[in-house]
Amino acid sequence: MSLSHEKIETSNWLMIVLILVVVAIGGLVEIVPLYFQKSTTQPIAGVAPDSALRVVGRDIYIREGCYNCHSQMIRPLVAETMRYGHYSVAGEYVYDHPFQWGSKRTGPDLHRVGGKYSDEWQRLHLIRPRDLVPESIMPGYPWLEHTSVEAWPVQAHMGALRRVGVPYTDAQIAEAPAELKGKTELDALVAYLQGLGLALR
Amino acid sequence: MNALMSLSPHESAHAQVVPAPTYNDTIVRQFAIAAVVWGVVSMLVGVFIAAQMAWPALNFDLPWLSFGRLRPLHTNAAIFAFGGCALFATSYWVVQRTCQVRVISDKLAALHFWLWQLVIVGAAITLPLGITRGKEYAELEWPLSIAIAVAWVAYAVVFFGTIGIRKVRHIYVANWFYGAFIIAVALLHITNAMSMPASLWKSYSVYAGVQDAMVQWWYGHNAVGFFLTAGFLGIVYYFIPKQAERPVYSYRLSIVHFWALIFTYMWAGPHHLHYTALPDWTQSLGMVFSLILLAPSWGGMINGVMTLSGAWHKLRDDPIIRFMIVALSFYGIATFEGPMMSIKTVNALSHYTDWGIGHVHGGTLGWVGFISMGALYYLIPRLYGQPRMYSLRAIELHFWISTLGIVLYIASMWIAGVMQGLMWRSVNADGSLTYTFVESVKSSMPFYIIRFVGGLMYLSGMAVMTWNVVRTISAGKAHDARIPAALVHA
Repeated sequence: MSLSHEKIETSNWLMIVLILVVVAIGGLVEIVPLYFQKSTTQPIAGVAPDSALRVVGRDIYIREGCYNCHSQMIRPLVAETMRYGHYSVAGEYVYDHPFQWGSKRTGPDLHRVGGKYSDEWQRLHLIRPRDLVPESIMPGYPWLEHTSVEAWPVQAHMGALRRVGVPYTDAQIAEAPAELKGKTELDALVAYLQGLGLALR
Repeated sequence: MNALMSLSPHESAHAQVVPAPTYNDTIVRQFAIAAVVWGVVSMLVGVFIAAQMAWPALNFDLPWLSFGRLRPLHTNAAIFAFGGCALFATSYWVVQRTCQVRVISDKLAALHFWLWQLVIVGAAITLPLGITRGKEYAELEWPLSIAIAVAWVAYAVVFFGTIGIRKVRHIYVANWFYGAFIIAVALLHITNAMSMPASLWKSYSVYAGVQDAMVQWWYGHNAVGFFLTAGFLGIVYYFIPKQAERPVYSYRLSIVHFWALIFTYMWAGPHHLHYTALPDWTQSLGMVFSLILLAPSWGGMINGVMTLSGAWHKLRDDPIIRFMIVALSFYGIATFEGPMMSIKTVNALSHYTDWGIGHVHGGTLGWVGFISMGALYYLIPRLYGQPRMYSLRAIELHFWISTLGIVLYIASMWIAGVMQGLMWRSVNADGSLTYTFVESVKSSMPFYIIRFVGGLMYLSGMAVMTWNVVRTISAGKAHDARIPAALVHA
């Protein structure tokens, strides 16, 4: 063993190439096939690209780092489907750039939070969480209510999403700014949350 | 003949005027000091967000102080600013000394340093502003991601270029680990950072849904495997033998565990996605390779700890050795716990809970933090022409306050995590859920306070270190070591 390894440890280039080959294998085997499975590449019925208002809402969700404390992934475990609803399937996420499955539940899962509470509950809760849930440790987001949505960037955002594969039509992108007229960031975030996970109940 | 005779004294006098070749220790000093500074900053942010979880009023209803924006700042600063600078400082020290040459390019090394600092400052500005890609440990937006890639290429060229001009035939084992760290992180970062810009400070991952999740955790787990493990094993293989004044325990074990470790780690990512919408075959592969990973991980731990064989008294007498060996103990704990948590039935309980946070901090505070501190205590006096750190008692104090802090941190998070997992799955006799979600939050509160105290103690240890470093530096002056002239060309 040490005899053959001498060759490697005395050659800079051989070392570099061998390391590269050895570390590349795992990722190739685990990632590439995911592009060729129907279950991971096709949307399920009822899943469509987000509306302009929900694109803005999702951008805010990402900006505020909601994924640091909330998952969007319901596992097929009894207690979990009782608490959150139908378990999540891959076809629900095909338009999610980036995915927001999360890794930690400091707060509850949000994948099927859509329609679970009223719009008004969501608004009050986002502004002052402890008014509605006294033991909550969630930060308040009062600034969302006072910030109007800027209409002009949304076309560039939807255009970028289209370039990575979200099938927006020219008409959808053209009409996007009109959909945002008079909306606040709070409206956008609530619209995003209320549309989450509606494809399966 | 006479002419020659008369020339030689003149020549030798001349040779004495020309300064002897030295190593580039400027780059080591810069990164070593940066590691201490960013260590304090990242831990300060960590303690603050830990306090926010116990006392949510500390979010102050301000966007740039809210938990969701500061937590990425903490993770990025701790991993890439503190951990990164410690790795760069040690690797530049090690590669020059084990190759017995100065780095191949001072300018490229300087570019690496300044660009890296620019990225860190950029992160400290953009993350609180909410500028983020929304992927954990890969939050920095595309202009900063590109700057990282450029700095990384500069680093790779300097590191491998220096090995290329080495005066020693064999590439020393520490350099294999640093080399694998450099190559793997380049591959991971560039692949995972692929984004479609929508504007200067907004982009979308080119991957969607399941593919994005798999790419992310292939990246995320190997940020642990290569940034936080392979690189720091490079520190183990140079600084433990040096400080202990003993050779590495087993050469053969280093070869076996090196190749096994770097091969196996790259498969383990899917254990972050158990029971998710990721296909089962991928989850199973991830679990199997995570279990296998225990062997090469412990191979490295055993090789490092057994290097002390025959000199165990140093554990008692030398606080620097103690930092390093206790670091390996935490490495052993974390790399046992990790495979255990990757078993799907265990993961069903542990995932999404604070157990994960406890597991990560056992690794980062215990392993990454302690091995870095040990190496910095070795380096800093030597970089400033001092025989030792200003105060050995301060190192002792640092060690004990930090160790106690880690114990409080990980024990509270273990308990909180297991409790959360059990509460979430608990059902009554009639089949209904026993607890609402917020009841688990309320029950976690005492543990969040204990964790805050543990983190504060760890930060205090870092403050003691900073004081000690400042005193050591102000007592000495910057010193570049000479490259030994007489070489054995083996």
